[in-house]
Amino acid sequence: MSDIKTITVNRSAYADNDLEADALREYLKERGTFLVNLMSSPGAGKTTTLTALINSLKDIYRIGVMEADIDSDVDAISIAKNTGVKSIQIHTSGMCHLDAGMTKSGLDGIDISDLNLVFLENVGNLVCPAEFDTGASLDIMILSVPEGDDKPLKYPLIFQKCDLVIINKIDTIGYFNFDFKKCEETIKMRNKNATIIPISAKTGQGIDQVKQYFIKTITNWKEK
Amino acid sequence: MHELGIVVHVINQIEKLAKENKVNKVVELTLEVGEVSGVVKEYFIDAFNWAIKKTEYMKECKLVYITIQGISYCEDCKQTYPTTEYGKECPHCHSGHTYLVTGSDVVIKNFKVE
Repeated sequence: MSDIKTITVNRSAYADNDLEADALREYLKERGTFLVNLMSSPGAGKTTTLTALINSLKDIYRIGVMEADIDSDVDAISIAKNTGVKSIQIHTSGMCHLDAGMTKSGLDGIDISDLNLVFLENVGNLVCPAEFDTGASLDIMILSVPEGDDKPLKYPLIFQKCDLVIINKIDTIGYFNFDFKKCEETIKMRNKNATIIPISAKTGQGIDQVKQYFIKTITNWKEK
Repeated sequence: MHELGIVVHVINQIEKLAKENKVNKVVELTLEVGEVSGVVKEYFIDAFNWAIKKTEYMKECKLVYITIQGISYCEDCKQTYPTTEYGKECPHCHSGHTYLVTGSDVVIKNFKVE
């Protein structure tokens, strides 16, 4: 008969990722590279918003973009073509999110030595990306008007986690039953510290406000 | 897909610990999974049984899956209630100032080795 021994662990399944993420945040802080994790459902306008935002920030920061998707490189090509900044595509091989380890590999791949602002466009999904810390210093989500004002009720975790909630496609609000005030209230109920900015990536409305938010946040981060 | 991501993280941690402890093989793993962790038990077990085939120590590992109830706490009336039944609104005083106390995590309790 063989001996059976029990090894006690008592640790969260996310513990190893959380440690890795903290180490990555510290590493990026030392190098002076601000990493932003951008999340939303598919079709909320992540790539269009990112394009508009990068074009408004690229004279101030040296920017890089990592596009994470299950497959294809359409986003990386589109960003490179429309903004001129360095971008790479990360394939998650079927996984629905990025973790800190994959983010680190992506950063090594893009070579951040000459970058001080890197955007990570996470896989389009409101569930899994919220659970895995990527090591970013700022978590942003985009909710678009056609998705509905009830999303903070249905996917509370992602709204709890994000520092900034961008409400995109605000120019279409007349065509949908989207109650902006109600949406704002439900987001605040889950996360009273969240900043909420309505924008239209297509018309450019609100982009300047997001730009100012970035400048302020990055300045504060540098001073910390 | 979501379950698979968590399974991979759990397996990586156990494989590492198994190696560190110089064990022969891992025969059983006990996990506590929160009711509101977003994990679907059936998918999780399927993903687990698929993923262990590719491991070094866990090929024959049995999974003990314990469900932990989601409990929320109300900041206004200072009482707790079951989260899955009532959601964000406190059933005692109908306040929305509530937060989740247990049931959102996936915890590796222990594993048995030979």
